[in-house]
Amino acid sequence: MKNKITQNLGFFLLFFSIITTLFFLGAIIYFISVNGLKVINWEFLTQVPRKGMTEGGIAPAIVGTFYLTFGAILFSLPLGLACAIYLCEYSPKSYVVNIIRMSINNLAGVPSVVFGLFGLTVFVKFFGFGVSILSGSLTLGIMVLPQIISASQEALLAVPQSYREASLALGATHWQTTKKMVVPAALPGILTGVILSIGRVAGETAPILFTAATYYTRGYPDSVFSEVMALPYHIYALMTEGTHPEKQTEIAYGCSLVLLILVLLVSTLAIVLRQRQRGEL
Amino acid sequence: MNNEVKIKAKNVNFYYGNKQVLENIDLEFYQNRVSALIGPSGCGKSTFIRLFNRMNDLISNTRMEGKIYLDNIDINGKNVDVVKIRRLVGMVFQKPNPFPKTIYENVSYGLEVNGIKDKKSIEEKVIESLDRAALWREVKDRLHDSALGLSGGQQQRLCIARCLAVEPEVILFDEPCASLDPISTRSIEELILELKKYYTIVIVTHNMQQAARISDFTAFLYLGELIEFGPTEKLFTVPKEKTTEEYLTGKFG
Amino acid sequence: MKFTIRAGVVKENIYKWVFAVSAFASLLFLVGITITLFIEGLPIFKEVGFFDLLFGKLWYPTYDPADFGIFPLIMGTVWVTVGALVVCVILGVGSALYINELAGKKQRAILKPMIEILAAIPSIVYGFFGMVIVAPFIQNLLGLPTGLCAFTGSLILGIMALPTVCSIAEDALSFVPKSFREASLALGANRWQTMVRVVIPAAGSGISTAIILGMSRAVGETMTVLMVTGGAAVIPHSFFDPVRPMTSTIAAEMGEAVMGGAHYHALFAIGLILFLITFIFNVIAETISRKYRLKLGLSG
Ligand SMILES: Nc1ncnc2c1ncn2[C@@H]1O[C@H](COP(=O)(O)OP(=O)(O)OP(=O)(O)O)[C@@H](O)[C@H]1O
Ligand SMILES: [Mg+2]
Repeated sequence: MKNKITQNLGFFLLFFSIITTLFFLGAIIYFISVNGLKVINWEFLTQVPRKGMTEGGIAPAIVGTFYLTFGAILFSLPLGLACAIYLCEYSPKSYVVNIIRMSINNLAGVPSVVFGLFGLTVFVKFFGFGVSILSGSLTLGIMVLPQIISASQEALLAVPQSYREASLALGATHWQTTKKMVVPAALPGILTGVILSIGRVAGETAPILFTAATYYTRGYPDSVFSEVMALPYHIYALMTEGTHPEKQTEIAYGCSLVLLILVLLVSTLAIVLRQRQRGEL
Repeated sequence: MNNEVKIKAKNVNFYYGNKQVLENIDLEFYQNRVSALIGPSGCGKSTFIRLFNRMNDLISNTRMEGKIYLDNIDINGKNVDVVKIRRLVGMVFQKPNPFPKTIYENVSYGLEVNGIKDKKSIEEKVIESLDRAALWREVKDRLHDSALGLSGGQQQRLCIARCLAVEPEVILFDEPCASLDPISTRSIEELILELKKYYTIVIVTHNMQQAARISDFTAFLYLGELIEFGPTEKLFTVPKEKTTEEYLTGKFG
Repeated sequence: MKFTIRAGVVKENIYKWVFAVSAFASLLFLVGITITLFIEGLPIFKEVGFFDLLFGKLWYPTYDPADFGIFPLIMGTVWVTVGALVVCVILGVGSALYINELAGKKQRAILKPMIEILAAIPSIVYGFFGMVIVAPFIQNLLGLPTGLCAFTGSLILGIMALPTVCSIAEDALSFVPKSFREASLALGANRWQTMVRVVIPAAGSGISTAIILGMSRAVGETMTVLMVTGGAAVIPHSFFDPVRPMTSTIAAEMGEAVMGGAHYHALFAIGLILFLITFIFNVIAETISRKYRLKLGLSG
């Protein structure tokens, strides 16, 4: 009897954990949505900010986030895919694999603000790119590199060995097999990983604090060397700078909702895609 | 009828790590003949035929001793390009493994990787190969559908067509009918008999009736050793070795 | 002759080398980060002294003369991380257990994506939510002078690190062979006893890995703590004091620090310490998980 009570109590605790977790998820989405919807309209999404950030829209921040994300993926996807191809298709010696795997794991654990410091020193100062889209994209790209590599690796490993054997047996070279057979077969999985990374990059703030982001630009960036506004940084700036806290909080709600929708759409898409792929295999 | 040697294995030993799975095998396969390899599961049949297109190169931590000759050339020789060997020695695997592409692309793949660019000649070759593999009539209206939608037997014939397209001189079959129903098996057997006019064929099979039906020569492998090799008729009716007889009469395996 | 090497081989070797070099990019960046932090961080160690920097109790980087004692910042990180750990271990491991042991197939199919969505929410949104909703709520509820304090920070940070802990722990739990559970149940233990005495110990190292990685995540998190913990660079005495963890110090002050000045170097020194801490956490987690994989007979 006592056992039964302990069990019920224990199970209740577990139930409580999951419910609390879901409660927070619900609360975040609820509060941001309800308050954000009040300010979001066509003008908000398409206009530049006016009157010291208290009116107008957030279009430059949306555009900036788009550029930064695009740049980061452009940099990290080829590099990450190449790394994954090397690890999965060229079967290097095990100590090489270990070194690379350790580097990837540790890079994945580096705090995001430290990437910001690295980007500041190397891209902004050393290479002289300044605070710019270029510096920010490269910094973000390095940050998501481990994620891109793991996703690509997973996708490549899921390609059945029999495809490789069949291709090689037809007299395809190793490279032809990789390019024409393995990578195309792994592409859906790689894409899913990339989509997840997009969500991560779009929402990151700390790496772009010192490398790309600025509080206010009059218009849109005109080159990769321009500073940009970005959605996540804009939220931060609205909450910590300026002189009209109330007005700014409203706009920050709008910004958060836009960012949240963006990120959630992207990750839901990835989750759905992945479940489809798993179902197929 | 004189038998011209196409492939020759000389003193072949093979190891996975420290485990020896082939011992001192000497064997010849003849041009335009079907040679069957029989033997109980795990005796090294697959390992053995995968030596002829150097498929075992893909498995790390393996070692081969001895020589394999194709047209009297040592295929493991220093200046030999493994890719060219694989173009001359085609392989059909135990489980049908069409690429996740369309039927057409499955066959054209081998042509493209072999550097053929002309669309017209690729198309002709695709049709010819599908025809030779006795598949053309069944798929001619769905060439651009996914190959994964075909039945098992059709998939295996597609794999054969894919293999024929690159014009190999030798075709290795590793239990091509193992996962197929009797009707599909029948059609593949007929196909092999037809193909022997043009190619040298080596087939691994578990099924002794199959070996008897289609092969000219049979080799019996047991525990990594070649026990007996000879014309199929002789080996099945008057085996020289006791082990062969026991295996054929179903005493083990 | 028909077998000899093709001309294309050289080209393919070039591809191979391109891939090999790309594969080392992660190592390059990791080393680059280390070097950068050392070069930019070490000057302040020389100037202030190793001991005074690490254990100095005053952080007044902009005063004249300035004080560069990062002990209050370290303590800020410690308090917030410990708090977050309590939240994310209880809720994260609890949720993982629920998903793996109690939830049916249908529930699991919904709950797992939910956890992933929680992981996808950007830290700035957590920070914003903590600042405008949670902090005022806690301030009113507990009658505090400000809701922006270590407690709120811990709570939000814990929720943020929860998905990391939950999904890794869940993986570990799902690796526990069914036969373990069946054996225990067959001996007459009930499900709860089986879970506590058999399943959790069997997944123990996986769960520890999860906790360490969650902790690493909490230590390194920046924007949330920057917005929610109140930002006072003093040694906290209770969970309801405002604190200024290391990450938020860097984020908040880098903008005003003069490039190449003592303050600038001090911020890099903080970055270096953070980097080393998370590095150690990761090495520990990796070691545990490798042993664990060996034990289960899974490959590297
Ligand atoms: N990749 C490998 N690594 C280690 N050992 C292997 C490997 N592949 C096969 N073996 C072993 O080598 C031996 C021969 O295997 P092989 O696949 O050649 O046998 P087989 O005659 O084709 O059997 P089957 O009729 O079941 O296909 C077996 O004992 C098998 O366990
Ligand atoms: Mg076999």
